[in-house]
Amino acid sequence: MNPLDIDAVRGDFPILHKPLPKGLPLVYLDSGSSAQKPQCVIDKEREVYENYYANAYRGVYRFGSIVDEELEGAREKIRQFINAEHSEEIVFTAGCTMSLNLVASGWGKRNLKAGDEIILNEMEHHANLVPWQQLALQTGATCRFLPLTEDGRLDMDRIGEVLSDKTKVLAVTGMSNVLGTINPIAELAKKAHDAGAIIVVDGAQSVPHEQTDVVASEIDFLTFSGHKLYGPSGIGVLYGKRELLEQTDPMLFGGHMIDRVYKDHSTWAPSPAKFEAGTIQIAQAIALGSAIDYMTTLGMESVHAHERDVLEYAYTRLQEIPGMRIYGPGIEHRGAITSFTIDGAHPEDLAQLLDRKGVFVRHGHHCTMPLHDLLGVSATVRASFGVYNSRGDVDALMDAIQFACQRLRLT
Amino acid sequence: MQDLTIDELYEEFEDLPDWDERCDYLIDLGFNLPELPAEAKIEENRVHGCQSNVWLVADIKNSTPPTVEFLANSDAVIVNGLIAVIAALYSGKTPQEIIAIDAQDVFKKLGLERHLSPQRRNGLYSMVQRVRELAVQAEAQS
Ligand SMILES: Cc1ncc(COP(=O)(O)O)c(C=O)c1O
Repeated sequence: MNPLDIDAVRGDFPILHKPLPKGLPLVYLDSGSSAQKPQCVIDKEREVYENYYANAYRGVYRFGSIVDEELEGAREKIRQFINAEHSEEIVFTAGCTMSLNLVASGWGKRNLKAGDEIILNEMEHHANLVPWQQLALQTGATCRFLPLTEDGRLDMDRIGEVLSDKTKVLAVTGMSNVLGTINPIAELAKKAHDAGAIIVVDGAQSVPHEQTDVVASEIDFLTFSGHKLYGPSGIGVLYGKRELLEQTDPMLFGGHMIDRVYKDHSTWAPSPAKFEAGTIQIAQAIALGSAIDYMTTLGMESVHAHERDVLEYAYTRLQEIPGMRIYGPGIEHRGAITSFTIDGAHPEDLAQLLDRKGVFVRHGHHCTMPLHDLLGVSATVRASFGVYNSRGDVDALMDAIQFACQRLRLT
Repeated sequence: MQDLTIDELYEEFEDLPDWDERCDYLIDLGFNLPELPAEAKIEENRVHGCQSNVWLVADIKNSTPPTVEFLANSDAVIVNGLIAVIAALYSGKTPQEIIAIDAQDVFKKLGLERHLSPQRRNGLYSMVQRVRELAVQAEAQS
């Protein structure tokens, strides 16, 4: 494993070198929300539009074939990146939210009935919670919640309380977008399978930070977003095991997803086309392939090691701030996310004051209201780190927090 | 601070052309905002649409014509500063005067429109909405 050359990586992201007003350098600590783009991704999207843009899977003319080839190339890169077995298991969607909705409605409605159970937990993003609630309402199934430990991990000792032969789905995030908790996916998959259930993994936060292997982890469905993986926005991925995608109904109908249309009924194309109705996000999907190339060249192990170093530094330094509360487990169980509050400071004030120092963080409930209810706060501030963040960014965060605390008369 | 008028606020803002300084000024206003009694911080008085919590009540003065005093508090300091702006704009006015005020115009002049996040802007307009509702109620009662 090569250590990450952080200066070179930072050099790949043009936005990091555009000073803010007053010459402030940008300290971007919101990659958990959406990551910045390396030059190769920006260039690739531009290349598509400038050199061979055409609709996908329709034209035999030159540009049509180039686009098709590029798209299938991107699909193949994604397949390899998550170690899926077949390229037809990789479906392009508009994002992680759409992917999760597709699984809940397309697989769930067909396979769940009254009395069945869905296992969730309170750290899930609304995107991996609300679709299951809706599915439960529509099918008469019940959502059950695996309890969390005091420090914000899944309480694996209590999984027997919720998992049973009634369980049909265990939906879980690979990494909490608030607590940073990394969940034991392979272990959960085994337990789910032993109970006769499938596992749906929301990889929005985990896929950009560590190697994902759907086969080794025995993941049934995996979803993630291109924009959090240094790729374009508007594109996401649904991975599903081939047999499961066969048992999944499409969510959108028309266009490219059909096999044969009659006046009174239609049949569907095989996956992935079945799930890619209409015109997909052509340039975005192709450029996602470049984002994956980029990450692969850096090496996910190197990325992970670098982010761990920044996380450890941040986790230690943040605790120097009086009144600091960091939510979630210790660093051995978390990825590069720290959400916190400071006694006496409203998260919104903090975020706004940090912005004045060029430090961009998120605040609010981060689409995890049940988790915030559990934590007993309505909002937190979140600093999330990406491949381009350095210890220097943590120092800037510390300075900005000190400035904010002063303005808020806490020091 | 409570007696700050909107014209004084315009003058202050004119002397502070930089958003950072205006923000600091709002923070100072926020710290000087009178505290709402704890019993007023109830669900009924909560203004929805604010990321932070805001409680807002109206106190109708029995003058002729009656005027309305607005008291509000938030758990966020910068929002308390915005509440001070709202109070400067509306407090001590008659219901008719309150309803006639174009708040958007005022916030534009103060440069608040541009510098607040959409969430905070929504929150600000929710407060304006509540003030106007309370003014309409006050008018109906008088
Ligand atoms: C854990 C998690 N799941 C799902 C999503 C939704 O992703 P998207 O908005 O790209 O669909 C997010 C994004 O914040 C997330 O953090």
